[in-house]
Amino acid sequence: MKTDVLIIGAGGAGLMAAIAAKEEGASVRVLTKEYPTRSQTCMAQGGMNAALGNVGEDSVEAHIANTLKSAHGLADEEAVRFMCSEAPKAIEWLDSIGVCFSRTEESKIAQRALGGASAKRACYAQDYTGLKILHTLYDRCNALGIEILSEKFLLELLKDESGHLCGAKTLNIRSGNIESYEASCVVLATGGYSRIYGKNSTNSTSSTGDGIAVALRAGAKLLDMEFVQFHPTGLKSSSILISESARGEGGYILNSKGERFTNELAPRDEVSRALNAEIVKGEEIFLDIRHLGEELIDEGLPQERKLAKLYENVDPVHELIPIRPVAHYTMGGVEVDKNSQTNISGLYACGECANHKVHGANRLGGNSLLEIVVFGRVAGKEAAKEALKHQVSDASKEQNAVAFSFESSENHAVDFYAIRDEVGDLFYKNVGIVRTKEELLEAQKRVAEINAKLDSMGVSDNSQTYNTNLVEFLEFKNMLQICEVVVAGAIKREVSVGAHYIV
Amino acid sequence: MKISIQREKELVEYEYTLKDATLLQVLESIKMQEDKTLTFASGCRSSVCGSCSMRVNGKEILACSYKVCDGDVVEPLKNATVLRDLVVDMDKAYAFNAKAKAWLKSQPTNTLLSPEDEKRNEVQSDCILCSACYSACPVYSVNEEFLGPFALTRVWKYVSDKREGDAADKIETVQSSGVWDCTLCNECSVVCPQEISSKADIEKLRAKSAQFGFMDPSFGNFGGFGSNDGSPVF
Repeated sequence: MKTDVLIIGAGGAGLMAAIAAKEEGASVRVLTKEYPTRSQTCMAQGGMNAALGNVGEDSVEAHIANTLKSAHGLADEEAVRFMCSEAPKAIEWLDSIGVCFSRTEESKIAQRALGGASAKRACYAQDYTGLKILHTLYDRCNALGIEILSEKFLLELLKDESGHLCGAKTLNIRSGNIESYEASCVVLATGGYSRIYGKNSTNSTSSTGDGIAVALRAGAKLLDMEFVQFHPTGLKSSSILISESARGEGGYILNSKGERFTNELAPRDEVSRALNAEIVKGEEIFLDIRHLGEELIDEGLPQERKLAKLYENVDPVHELIPIRPVAHYTMGGVEVDKNSQTNISGLYACGECANHKVHGANRLGGNSLLEIVVFGRVAGKEAAKEALKHQVSDASKEQNAVAFSFESSENHAVDFYAIRDEVGDLFYKNVGIVRTKEELLEAQKRVAEINAKLDSMGVSDNSQTYNTNLVEFLEFKNMLQICEVVVAGAIKREVSVGAHYIV
Repeated sequence: MKISIQREKELVEYEYTLKDATLLQVLESIKMQEDKTLTFASGCRSSVCGSCSMRVNGKEILACSYKVCDGDVVEPLKNATVLRDLVVDMDKAYAFNAKAKAWLKSQPTNTLLSPEDEKRNEVQSDCILCSACYSACPVYSVNEEFLGPFALTRVWKYVSDKREGDAADKIETVQSSGVWDCTLCNECSVVCPQEISSKADIEKLRAKSAQFGFMDPSFGNFGGFGSNDGSPVF
């Protein structure tokens, strides 16, 4: 059955869009390649910015100023103003649906400092902020009876004769069949592309930029794809994130000599460059939170302690945590206007896959959860309003199951997993924290070579059902396409700005 | 070192060399280097997305936070249809969240909550829906419609929330195939990676049910009032 609005992606942005579209009176269906609650949003730890002033003075104007400063002139002031002004209402709404935010002694929502912020502005729920917001949004979707279909991998966006978006074609991962879902409007909420950096990323293995690649193939405009945020405190061996709140609470960054060498609470791009400069000198880098004490660590940073023990075999209460900067958030995405509308009629986008021009050249910590709630709502509402202008026809054709056809072979000349790792390391080195023209050109050349050899790579698993080898190959091809755009954008931008630092 | 993995038809033994590795790292290395058909789910690698729950030596774990030991036997979760190898269909399990009406009904604004109020359901709101508890629950062998540990914990999360002004609906919902069907065996608490005790939450829901005038149906039937066909009377 056709729906008014089809949402692709069930992370925070997608679920928020679904809720808003439903509340607008539209029929809604959500598709996800995973399950709802398993998206990247659950990994957001630090907090969500809103100038509530619950802990010391703050103002929406200060929030706007901090966001614009971090964006280095590449943000749209009107969009930033809208997002920051909506923030207190967004928090109030999340509170009203039951998000378990941490509280102050005065029984208000607690707030803490994150990098680049002039006040304690990030509302948090221990270090599980994203997890608790995401799960509460999921519960709200259930309350509204929103249909969410899991394990559907986006293949293609469908257009009608007039070029208006009219649905999406997906691979049912379980059956191996191609399915089409018709809708009057489509909202993309498929997340970012940090996994082009392979294992040098804090992100879930699912952050492969599928929606952006598919939108590009459908003719969508992408904007500022070369801007990738490197988070200073990934665990050294696994790239798993240690939240910025560790520094917000007063943690230090030290080199091998035990010296502090940077302002820990500067914006992430600056801190990552400072770390990179030390690493180039041969220093090892550590995060030190020992002086915060066991009680504060267990209350405010319980995940951090658990992850450091598990992946680095260190207990941060007594030991230093080995870290390095790794790819964390992608500022670039599908260009949208203030109504979350892309350049394709009927296609909307929100969350990390979209570029609402609020992060510019560098996102401020605590603004990504804010963005998905504020613009997720805009995207859902606008898509619903547009969809409700059109008549939902019941003429949608009954479709017979068509198997997704692919060739599999036991012996491919080139193993795409090895190439995926190679590209990840190459991009970390050449299209990473500090870039040079020569290294960028070298990366571009290598991506072109790989593209030319794509025919010699492919799927080994011939199973029709639940073929993860096939899904990963499709993701790999999406990532390659994104890599081309990222490196081309980086070459074209000859002056350093924010996270794009060229020497 | 060796581990055995339950594949579609049989238990298959694999050699691995990674030291001090998580099960997820070992599964990935087997897939990359030996057998690209090995099927498992994963996501965040940091124990918050719940994708990689499975069983090792009969006990539910998250593959990303379990350190592999020589001789381990790896199997998919129980109480769910296996889609392939270590991946199960979670749709039915997830659907219990909606069936149990696990959401805040009231939607009040600006309720003052003290740190103590927030602590009342902080642990319950740590749930990552990995379904370890669902797999470990023995009740499903006798009642497939049991709302189950994670959904009931979720209900308690909202019932115990100071912001919820209207819990009656939820309490009524958990009477059938709900709080009284639990055997209080505590298997759910033992396997939870987030240290949530659904058993304790179910006991609290039982106490709350009594406050709302509900009682254990297995007691309600002793007197033989109502129908005489032996079915429980509510």
